[in-house]
Amino acid sequence: MLATLGKRLVTVIPTLIGVVIVTFLLTRVLPGDPAVYFAGPAATPQSIADIRKSLGLDRPLPEQFARYVNDLAHGNLGNSLSTGRPVATEITSRLPASAELTLLGLILSLVIALPLGILAAVKQGSWIDHTCRVVATAGVSLPVFFTGLLLVYVFYFQLGWSPAPIGRLDAFASAPPQITGFYLLDSLLTGNFETFRAAFSQLILPALTLGIFSLAPITRMTRASMLAVLASDFVRTARASGLDNRTVILTYAFRNAMLPVVTTLGMVFSFLLGANVLVEKVFAWPGIGSYAVEALLQSDFAPVQGFVLAMAVLYVALNLLIDMLYGVIDPRVRLEG
Amino acid sequence: MTETTLNASAATALKPARNSIFSHAKYVIAENPVTGLAFALFALIALAALIGPYIVPHDPLASDTAASLKPPTFAHWFGTDQLGRDIFSRVVVATRLDFIIALASVALVFVAGGIAGIAAGFFGGWTDRIVGRISDTIMAFPLFVLAMGIVAALGNTVTNIVIATAIINFPLYVRVARAEANVRRDAGFVQAARLSGNGDFRILLMHILPNIMPIMMVQISLTMGYAILNAAGLSFIGLGVKPPTPEWGIMVAEGAANIISGEWWIALFPGAALMIAVFCFNLLGDGLRDLVDPQRRT
Amino acid sequence: MKRREFLRSMTALAASTAVAAPAVWSPAKAQSRKETLLLVTENGPNNLDIHGVGTNRPGYEASWNCYDRLITNGKKTLADGSLSYDRDKFVPELAEDMNIGDMSVTFKLKKNAKFQDGTPVTAKDVKWSYDRAVSVGGFPTVQMKAGSLVKKEQFVAVDDNTFRVDFIKKDRLTIPDLAVIVPGIYNSELLKKHATDKDPWGLEYTKSNTAGSGAYKVTSWKPGVEVVYERNDAWAGGKLPELKKVIWRTIPSSGNRRALMERGDADISFDLPAKDFSEMKKEGKLKMISNPIGNGMYSLELNVVHPPFDNEKVRQAVAYAIPYQKIIDAAMFGIANPLFGGKSNDVTSILWPQPTGYMTDMAKAKALMAESGAGPIDTTISFDLGDGVNSEPIAVLIQESLGQIGIKTTINKVPGANWRSEMAKKSMPMMVNFFSGWLDYPEYFFFWCYSGQNAIFNTPSYVNKDMDTFIDGARAAAAVGEKDKYATDVKGFISKAYHDVPRIPMFQPFLNVAAQKNISGYSYWFHRQVDYRSIIKA
Repeated sequence: MLATLGKRLVTVIPTLIGVVIVTFLLTRVLPGDPAVYFAGPAATPQSIADIRKSLGLDRPLPEQFARYVNDLAHGNLGNSLSTGRPVATEITSRLPASAELTLLGLILSLVIALPLGILAAVKQGSWIDHTCRVVATAGVSLPVFFTGLLLVYVFYFQLGWSPAPIGRLDAFASAPPQITGFYLLDSLLTGNFETFRAAFSQLILPALTLGIFSLAPITRMTRASMLAVLASDFVRTARASGLDNRTVILTYAFRNAMLPVVTTLGMVFSFLLGANVLVEKVFAWPGIGSYAVEALLQSDFAPVQGFVLAMAVLYVALNLLIDMLYGVIDPRVRLEG
Repeated sequence: MTETTLNASAATALKPARNSIFSHAKYVIAENPVTGLAFALFALIALAALIGPYIVPHDPLASDTAASLKPPTFAHWFGTDQLGRDIFSRVVVATRLDFIIALASVALVFVAGGIAGIAAGFFGGWTDRIVGRISDTIMAFPLFVLAMGIVAALGNTVTNIVIATAIINFPLYVRVARAEANVRRDAGFVQAARLSGNGDFRILLMHILPNIMPIMMVQISLTMGYAILNAAGLSFIGLGVKPPTPEWGIMVAEGAANIISGEWWIALFPGAALMIAVFCFNLLGDGLRDLVDPQRRT
Repeated sequence: MKRREFLRSMTALAASTAVAAPAVWSPAKAQSRKETLLLVTENGPNNLDIHGVGTNRPGYEASWNCYDRLITNGKKTLADGSLSYDRDKFVPELAEDMNIGDMSVTFKLKKNAKFQDGTPVTAKDVKWSYDRAVSVGGFPTVQMKAGSLVKKEQFVAVDDNTFRVDFIKKDRLTIPDLAVIVPGIYNSELLKKHATDKDPWGLEYTKSNTAGSGAYKVTSWKPGVEVVYERNDAWAGGKLPELKKVIWRTIPSSGNRRALMERGDADISFDLPAKDFSEMKKEGKLKMISNPIGNGMYSLELNVVHPPFDNEKVRQAVAYAIPYQKIIDAAMFGIANPLFGGKSNDVTSILWPQPTGYMTDMAKAKALMAESGAGPIDTTISFDLGDGVNSEPIAVLIQESLGQIGIKTTINKVPGANWRSEMAKKSMPMMVNFFSGWLDYPEYFFFWCYSGQNAIFNTPSYVNKDMDTFIDGARAAAAVGEKDKYATDVKGFISKAYHDVPRIPMFQPFLNVAAQKNISGYSYWFHRQVDYRSIIKA
């Protein structure tokens, strides 16, 4: 197990190096000069030059890159020019917000997609199958920000069922004590049910928006995987042995069909984590997505670099985890690997 | 009576299929009417892209501030926007631009990713490793943010949006092409071609590429939908096409702020067009997959 | 099965939560809600100290409410019943007495003035703060300079309670400049403790902490999310504010801000887009306040150094081609003061801003283009993406009109901070831009936007000796109170600006605010930010 882990890590390192280099170059190519931004209105060429020097932007690129890598090695992701705070602190404080949202979106999606996929596989070729495919595809065909806005309009503005889309908590509620950073977990752990309800009601609409978007790949993969498994020998044997339909489908077929679904989940999760920038913008969610977008539009290098690096590391870690999980879920893989 | 019907159906069954693609297609569509719908929609979209700008009732760029923010009426089927421009005309004319963005992105990534992928799968070794590394590096980025970064860095023109979309889809095409090329690397026909004296590149282009086309077609269709959504997302952030160009995504972004104030038509119609087009491309992909390789159905 | 039970319980939970909203307030919460103001805006501060490097405009709001100045402007009531600051009236804030001499002004500080940590405010603190303002560079120093406050030697702490500012020259703008946000009074002892060799003025500390004597202090700041203020009950600068707590939330989507107001979930939505304002006003559910932005205008600015707009006739042609009324109707929804269609470009009053003599006249525009000798033109029209709500429709309408007189344009949206860089480079041929000066005097606007110092705000790069003569003449006349010479020079520079037209005024925008009906006391200020100290929540 450890040997495979080690081997995987080695292959991962060139990828991470590539990410660091590409991000650095990309942010340096962004138009706009942070030195002018910070010289403020009525800047003179002299004050701009002074600020450029103090930011270290007048050095040649390779030297800037070397400094950057050196900082990284010390865990220093630099400071955000627009908020002035260290990027590392901002990312760690904002990551739970995005992660909580994405996880809840994924769970909501699973709740709908898994039964849908199983149903479509079991009743293959019927109108249920076609409807499933249509519904799943429809969800992914709308731009995610449009879905979000529509949901806000219908559920908050017209019906008044959900609370104001102003972030993780209503302005007059107070955040639960910081244990994991996930408001839902923290409020449950400290027994504060009112905060739990408040946080949950703020989460519903954005999570639903994300969930709708991730329905398609999960439904499809479940359906395909179930189809493959349902046609396999052991399922035929189970049926032949007289087990009732429900047991066959849920206890035997589904569990064996899970593997590809788990892979898809990992892919969908990392995709969502980066793609929820649009949802965060619509719902004023204080996550890393909105953080990175604001920074990008202001040519603020450090947060963008920090965000991309954090996402890359997360993605790599997630894939490693899934590969490890493979071995646990499916012994065949372990034997071959 | 039964005998005659039995004879008739037996007769049809015995008749050999004349044109296999056509009848195969008819069979697939009959089994899955949704695919038929998708093909029909695709034809409609292509038609709108081709002749749209010539048949629209109003100039999509002409402002008419006296008639601004009017709901759908007979004069303006989809209503008007803030500057009084006819939304119906803009939606139809936008079809061409979005279609072009989708086609161009897909063509670019197909060529680049396809060739890189089959080279990697066919030659293996260092080619495989380098292509794999590049692909992994791109995949490690949060893709939408990468697209944003590229467009922000290069400037928001249609060309750059196409390039950005192509780059973020590169790994997917590489993976599919590579897998296919790997499978066919030692196939009989490839060995025969080699024996006849064909060089490696000739084999790649003339033998392997045509054989993986069917699988790639499926991927192409899905990417076309994604390319349009990508452009829409970029417009929402402010990095999309330049105004006053009609493009579905930027029209939805412009209309998004108006939803709350009740002017639903400004965002709804381009949004619906967007959804229908992407939907169509996705279903088309499924249909093509059924047509081409039924075993791979998902 | 366990799974099904789980699903069932989750659905029940979701249903119960949905039905429960809007929240039911417990009595304790209801009480605190009454003394708390919830303010929502599109952007929040990136620094709580106006002296900080690159502080944005929302940051000015924090400084205004948390720090005091020696004097402040008085208030006046406008024709529509709304409140505004009074440019010409000054009242004591931290100083209880102001004595204007010939070449200096002396202040006596209030004896009971204390910083929020309890230490008394002394003249030493005032001097330190003023020194800081002229030393940190960037915008604050430049703003001080606008009132001829340049050298540390000008600031003298005569004794613990007396502070004097010596003038380096007579300048009408010196006294008003003492009331702007920049010369706030900082707790010098506290900041000296946080100063380092690299940061002698403690800018790092004041970025996220307020160290003043003002009516409010920041108790919590989550950048990009919210700022929470609490009242300083020992405030000596004026009448104690009614609001004990102010929560300022950043909500990027204007639709969401509007929804919040209409559902009664927020108290004030500040700086609304014109469209939202006009529609909400029609609905009549909220208190809608709107004030023309003093000394401010939206204009089309043309770079006069490079072709094609170095040709005066081309610029004038453009001035006749702009679809002014369409812009005011469709882009600003009628909520703007037109700055076109006046009697003539030779003005007869010293009002600023005032209409030019141009109006939409395509025939005249085409004739001028023909006269100019310039062929068909292909150029770009740029604007700040952050102001896209207004600028984009304006740019599109202008683009359409210019197309008819042979000027083809592509629209260039410049994102956020890049706008400042682009302005500094002075390379944009044509841009839709807005400028407004804090000190509401025409010579102030012209000093920044038309004078030969070619400041960053002089985006057209317009440098003209005759213009400078007028501007300098007006300033000198104002300094010594020569009203006639002042009027002549002001009319002179305005007329010249309108004839030469490096920048084409279009309209004067309004600052729009929506408030719940139980909110009163909002006042318009020159800095166009919210002053919490006068607001009352009934």
